[in-house]
Amino acid sequence: MSIESIQNDIIDEFSMFDDWMQRYEYMIDLGKALPLIDNQYKTDDNIIKGCQSKVWVHAELEDDKLVFTADSDAIITKGIIAILIRAFSNQKPQDIIDANTNFIDQIGLKEHLSPTRANGLVSMIKQLKLYAVAYQTQLN
Amino acid sequence: MRFNVERIRTDFPILNREVNGKSLVYLDNAATSQTPNQVIDVIVDYYRRLNANIHRGVHTLSQEATDAYEEARIKIQKHFNIAKSHEVILTSGTTHSINLVASGFSSYLSKDDEILVSAMEHHSNIVPWQMLCERTGAVLKVIPMNQNGELVMEDFHKLISERTKLVFCNHVSNALGTINPIEEIIKASHKVGAAVLVDGAQAAPHIKADLQALDVDFYTISAHKVCGPTGVGMLYGKEFWLKKLPPYQGGGEMIAEVTFDKTTYADLPHKFEAGTPNICGGIAFGAALDYMNSLGFDDIAVYEHELLEYATSELLKIEGLKIYGTAKNKTSVISFNIEHIHPYDIGTILDKLGIAVRTGHHCAQPIMDFYKIPGTVRASFSFYNTMEEVDVLVEGVKRAKNMLL
Repeated sequence: MSIESIQNDIIDEFSMFDDWMQRYEYMIDLGKALPLIDNQYKTDDNIIKGCQSKVWVHAELEDDKLVFTADSDAIITKGIIAILIRAFSNQKPQDIIDANTNFIDQIGLKEHLSPTRANGLVSMIKQLKLYAVAYQTQLN
Repeated sequence: MRFNVERIRTDFPILNREVNGKSLVYLDNAATSQTPNQVIDVIVDYYRRLNANIHRGVHTLSQEATDAYEEARIKIQKHFNIAKSHEVILTSGTTHSINLVASGFSSYLSKDDEILVSAMEHHSNIVPWQMLCERTGAVLKVIPMNQNGELVMEDFHKLISERTKLVFCNHVSNALGTINPIEEIIKASHKVGAAVLVDGAQAAPHIKADLQALDVDFYTISAHKVCGPTGVGMLYGKEFWLKKLPPYQGGGEMIAEVTFDKTTYADLPHKFEAGTPNICGGIAFGAALDYMNSLGFDDIAVYEHELLEYATSELLKIEGLKIYGTAKNKTSVISFNIEHIHPYDIGTILDKLGIAVRTGHHCAQPIMDFYKIPGTVRASFSFYNTMEEVDVLVEGVKRAKNMLL
């Protein structure tokens, strides 16, 4: 599935919720279900700066696709990464680089997009894209 | 009713607003206090009627603005029972005040001199001293704290010696609310000839400090913690020290005479007030102290203590909730965590419910390292908070817990 159609699926899912409570409960569930990062990758090098909670992201190339695993010590942050990973993991690096991130706004998480917000959603997206750029360079 | 909180709340227009569709419950007062109409009006009036640069104009506006600014200095002097008005240096806030002193002491410290700092300092009262130690070769030593968040005074008395030149301590801890025994610290420090700087930023909204009685050498506060605007604060320094320390910044206002060969500095307080100050802020700072004094610090303290006791007992009913900072003597600050839940998650849910708290390390990472936690949720109460707001907080925390566990 393309990044765009996954994003549309996520938008559809979130459109079923009436209020913030349901949205957050869903995110918390996603966070709890997030496949954990392998402990060996939970290093200081893999910590994303700019988050009030700790966030680790690891990327690995499988064939020509980039697979992300991640973890956080805060569950809402974990839910947000789970959404990002669902949209961007297992995709070609170039597609990740080209993808836009408007869907975050559309699922009602706009408040988390502010660059000054302590959870660092912007830093997370930037980090995923940086990994994609790095691996794309390798593939070239 | 002894303390009419409902009437007091009408002074604060921001308390009427909604956040995320809910009535705002503002419990982040230790970060910044809200501003009453009495102060907002002074700020508006300044720009409508009084705005001019001070201390140098011959024209009427400049004279009036100067008078208002200097009147504010006298208000601050009286509020803290300071002997001389020129011992009040108006700064941009506590951080500026501390850096001014740290910079000034560069020339008076040498290798092997010791600086004592408490274990519960804000980063702004740690980093400038570390920088000072790097410049001078002096050694930074830490007064430890116990599990309740109180300084271990036996250790303090062991640490202090003839080598100690400076001692720094906050009057009240921003992260824990502990009121520190500064009288004892000041007395013991003076016995060995050390100067003491007390960071009063967190004490000022709760305690009216008598600086002559305390005999402290330096005391710092920020106006925005006492219902004033941001960007202005006070450094109190004993005349002896302020005369001895070199100027911090060069510029206009702080000079007596300038030639390219030599500049002589202005007298106190102008020696430390280079450039155009925050004139409006200074005047509003004075108005803010007037406002707080009109309510009365004794009554404020009694009421805030009731809020603290009620909130503490209600929050502790929540299973798994732990309060950090349980000193006998503390202000209305409650730092807490719930087992297995990250403070950031609780803060996010509370925000959705219109409740403003602070989460994180509160610029006091050494305290978080001491307790081995990433941070806390901090609810800090002011005299304009109500018992009903405590109930909203407690319900909010319960709801967050149910969602997050």
